Amino acid sequence: MTGDRMQPKAEETLTSSECRDLYRVAGIMIPASEEFGVPGADDPIIFADILRSFGRDLDDVRAALAQIAASAGGDFAAVDEPCAEALVRQACGRGDAAAAALGRAILQCYYRDDRVLRSLGHEPRAPFPKGHTVEQGDWSLLDAVRGRPQLWRDDRAG
Amino acid sequence: MAKNETVDVLIIGSGASGAAVAWSLAETKMRILCLEQGDWMKPADLPSNGRDWEARRYADFDISPNRRGRETDYPVNDADSPMKVANFNGVGGGTVFYTAHFPRMHPSDFRVRSLDGVGDDWPVSYWDLEPFFAENDRMMGVSGLAGDPGVPPRQPPMPPVPLGKTGTRYARAMNTLGWHWWPSDTTVATVEYEGRAPCINLGHCTPGCAQGAKASTDITYWPLALRAGVELRTRCRVREITTNEHGMAAGAVYYDAEGKEQFQPAEVVIVACNGIGTPRLLLNSASGRFPNGLANSSGLVGRNLMLHPWPQVLGYVEDSLDGGRGPMTVMWSKQFYETDPSRNFVRGYTLQFARGTGPVNEAVVSTAHGRLPWGKDHHRVYRTLLDHRLLIGVACEDLPEECNRVVLDPVLKDSHGIPAPKIEYRISENSRRMMEHGIARATDILQAAGATNIYASRTVLNSPGHLLGTARMGHDPERSVVNAWGRCHDVKNLFIVDGSVWVTSGGVNPTSTIQALALYIADSMKQRLATLFD
Repeated sequence: MTGDRMQPKAEETLTSSECRDLYRVAGIMIPASEEFGVPGADDPIIFADILRSFGRDLDDVRAALAQIAASAGGDFAAVDEPCAEALVRQACGRGDAAAAALGRAILQCYYRDDRVLRSLGHEPRAPFPKGHTVEQGDWSLLDAVRGRPQLWRDDRAG
Repeated sequence: MAKNETVDVLIIGSGASGAAVAWSLAETKMRILCLEQGDWMKPADLPSNGRDWEARRYADFDISPNRRGRETDYPVNDADSPMKVANFNGVGGGTVFYTAHFPRMHPSDFRVRSLDGVGDDWPVSYWDLEPFFAENDRMMGVSGLAGDPGVPPRQPPMPPVPLGKTGTRYARAMNTLGWHWWPSDTTVATVEYEGRAPCINLGHCTPGCAQGAKASTDITYWPLALRAGVELRTRCRVREITTNEHGMAAGAVYYDAEGKEQFQPAEVVIVACNGIGTPRLLLNSASGRFPNGLANSSGLVGRNLMLHPWPQVLGYVEDSLDGGRGPMTVMWSKQFYETDPSRNFVRGYTLQFARGTGPVNEAVVSTAHGRLPWGKDHHRVYRTLLDHRLLIGVACEDLPEECNRVVLDPVLKDSHGIPAPKIEYRISENSRRMMEHGIARATDILQAAGATNIYASRTVLNSPGHLLGTARMGHDPERSVVNAWGRCHDVKNLFIVDGSVWVTSGGVNPTSTIQALALYIADSMKQRLATLFD
């Protein structure tokens, strides 16, 4: 699946070093899990989707990656795993527009992956045209409300 | 500048109110033209057709015009406001982009000065509008259930949306607390209705309904208005309304789809651009005769902006609920709507009960709130959130204050070089007290429903998008912009029919009342055709 409508042109996507850093960041933010049978956000299919789906967030994602790289002394690839995890946590904790865009760029692709959705009990498909079933629920609960005194104020009353 | 043939009635804006007025006036057989800056929406282009349906709500279907940034949008400087602007520009306007929650204002909302000593009374009453509420319910197609003790009697033409697992959970909690609840009125078709297919629970109502079950005026009023002879021109952005030597509106200058400047002369001009677009247009129409903006001798054009502070309180239960499937809004409570002297605020609020949300939105919101961690614990925590969410919105009445206003930004312009609006807004102390009360009661309900991990957002970014009060109606020309039937005090062939004419805001989603008021104004015009300008 793709985010076709937001697909940037090739020259509008990340540089190779930004790609490398993002790949590592994605794997730290959402790692694969054997327990839940899901890939990480650095899975090749998911990561390819992320790379082509930045759309209007590209500049902010770049800014977030630049912040992380700067915090790593200019070379995020060179820091060890505990340090990398701490730097990613620190970047995400800023809560600014760049951090939000980075998180969104990863989440919007991770949570539309077929394998991830199936693991959550969701069908991997668009909502339309099949839709979903919603049960009516327990309408007898309304009996407790029917016949109660009027709550609204009648401005015509004296 | 190209000049067009004169029309009898020029309507600017094709959204909730513009469409209703166009349809209503069509029976007069006058020549009616509507200019709309956006496009027709195609059902096949709506997000729920694709696997990227959630991502698009952060992109070309974002509720904020500033982020959405379509060619048909205009920017809004909302840096000086804790609440941001939401809208949509296209045929149907904001009705394309709403949750379809369709409560009416209450009778007391039109009498706030008399009943509670705040704000101002409206020059019309609920009962003046009642037949137009009913007519609008039929035209838009409302689903709901008669017999609600919380609101005046009404007869929704379709049965309500399902309670589902989520609504049942709320209902049990409300019965435990002994508080009022009732299935919401919505404009979601629950059965076949006037050519509309019934809801199939796409669960993504707000940015357009691919099924066509949600009423928006492009599929309700407009097909009938066009068949009755009204002309609608899209991609036409109005720059200003011009006036003649008699101080009457002469027509409008606009940019057509090719960017060419045109002049459209008209005998009557009706503005339907809502609470931001309307004052922007009037202020941009300043001239030697109207140096402070058109119809602005009162100085109130742009003032008294009301946005409905709308805290949201959410929590999570152990059971799996409806999640993001089904219409978002399921029920309302009017328990705290009317003024109670024992509280530390006047007026009140509706509680609006929502289902959950989709996988991406749950993850984005929950990471932002800090309850969903990154790293190895992400998957375990996420599985306690998705499809387990309860969310209650607190729809607070926002009282009018002149300091809350729309002005023209001195720098920001749209793609045609037209000055953009800037909003200056603060949340009042009365509203803050009301918000805290509502948050506390919503928390009580969530706890009664067995929810934990409860979180309150006091202002929700780009929500709710209710833009009201900036060209208020009234009898006194020094204290209002339009009279009791929508005609500008200063310009007798200029009418305003949208949410900007509201005097107070009530504690409900405004679309139903905006449309009822528009139909009322159109009816008033039809009854006065021979003396319209007297």
